[in-house]
Amino acid sequence: MTEEIITLKEKSFKLGEAVAAVSDIDVSFCYQCGKCSTGCPVAYAMDLTPTQLIHAMQLGLHDVVYKSNTMWLCVSCLTCSTRCPQDVDIPGAFDAVKILMERNKETPREPDVLAVTKSFAQNLRWFGRMYELGMVGVIKLRTRKFTQDLGMGMKMLKKNKFNLLPGFEGAWETRKIFRRVKKQEKA
Amino acid sequence: MKYAYYPGCSLHSTGKEFDVSIRAVCDKLGVELVEIENWVCCGATMGHNLSRLLAASLPMTNLARLPEMGLDEVIVPCAECFSRFKAAQHSVKTDKKLRRDVVEVIHKDCNEDVGIIHPVTIFAEEPLASRIPGLVKRDLSGLKVACYYGCLLTRPPKITGFDVDGYPESMDRVLRAAGITTLEWSRKTVCCGGSLALSKPDIVVNLSHKIIEDAKSAGADAIAVACPMCHANLDARQDDMEKTFGVHPRMPIVYFTQLMGYSFGLSPEELLFDRHLTEVDSIFGLAR
Repeated sequence: MTEEIITLKEKSFKLGEAVAAVSDIDVSFCYQCGKCSTGCPVAYAMDLTPTQLIHAMQLGLHDVVYKSNTMWLCVSCLTCSTRCPQDVDIPGAFDAVKILMERNKETPREPDVLAVTKSFAQNLRWFGRMYELGMVGVIKLRTRKFTQDLGMGMKMLKKNKFNLLPGFEGAWETRKIFRRVKKQEKA
Repeated sequence: MKYAYYPGCSLHSTGKEFDVSIRAVCDKLGVELVEIENWVCCGATMGHNLSRLLAASLPMTNLARLPEMGLDEVIVPCAECFSRFKAAQHSVKTDKKLRRDVVEVIHKDCNEDVGIIHPVTIFAEEPLASRIPGLVKRDLSGLKVACYYGCLLTRPPKITGFDVDGYPESMDRVLRAAGITTLEWSRKTVCCGGSLALSKPDIVVNLSHKIIEDAKSAGADAIAVACPMCHANLDARQDDMEKTFGVHPRMPIVYFTQLMGYSFGLSPEELLFDRHLTEVDSIFGLAR
């Protein structure tokens, strides 16, 4: 967490409106009471607290927002949105920023988090249900962290936790849903 | 009593013991579960990170199958699936445009009035709550359990409608009815780190360690969970906790339905107690 003075000279656009367009969430309701940040279990690892990030979104400081690691570390535990006196769906707004960044081809501060999300999506498009062993393999290829959690993975294999082969129930339907969602969102 | 049943991906793989124990317990309680045919993944944390329409469509396509099954309530044991189903239902109810888009994506009508039920809730309520004490075969009153509810069952309360937010007690009531002692403790609904497990394991180890330490200081012999993600984080990360904090927690992490089944006299093998990474044998020594 850091505090810094931000001048309002950066290239800004109506970030709040862009967020509302992809998520139906209006961040302008936030009056920076900070309840979200005091309750956030991951705030200790974030560069901006959730309140600060929402404030930056209100001000349209897209550079500050896009460079932050805050939305990538949000686990969507929903503690903040449950406590928010203004009923702002904070994790939903963070999702919206991530979706905007993906559309605008912005580089995330936490590429591994995005890599996991993408691996999951790819997994679903292929199999319709999560094939965990396959997904872990793809994540390893994307993040290049081959030894991370190797010991735990071997223990889980020994305990027969994973299905060794994928199934394809529902795969066709899921693929169609993915395709139609993409088409709808382009329109 | 007959319900549609949506196990979700985890209950068919890493969380198989949750699936097996729920079916065993429901069988004892006289609840019939009919698995939705050809169900698809609910989208979990990935869906809402990529697209709001995708996150609403995946649960709704599963719910759309209920009318043809002749059922209007579905039991969803995985906390993550439960949360996604509830959120999708809420979003199509409140956003007419999104509802229209979802119908176009899933090529079926949106079935937003389906009852989405977590097993903890039906076990804690009548008529099942009063059937539980009559089924108890093993005396587990010497076993002290911390019930961990996690995030997604309880939050946000206006959408999940699950018990009291902040300090829920339904799982405690269910386990107490099964003769198990449950504890008062403060981290019942504090996050374990959830889906950061695959990308930021250090954060998960830190958050999960706090939960286990808190349960331990309350005097817990085991932690009961209702979510495969929480289970994986609390159970499988204990070796990493030893590496980071110096001491191995050795805390048994079990599904609440496994404890119910054990109390009902089922064997540890039938309930797949041997699939946990952290030893749970200490629990069996406390049965009288």
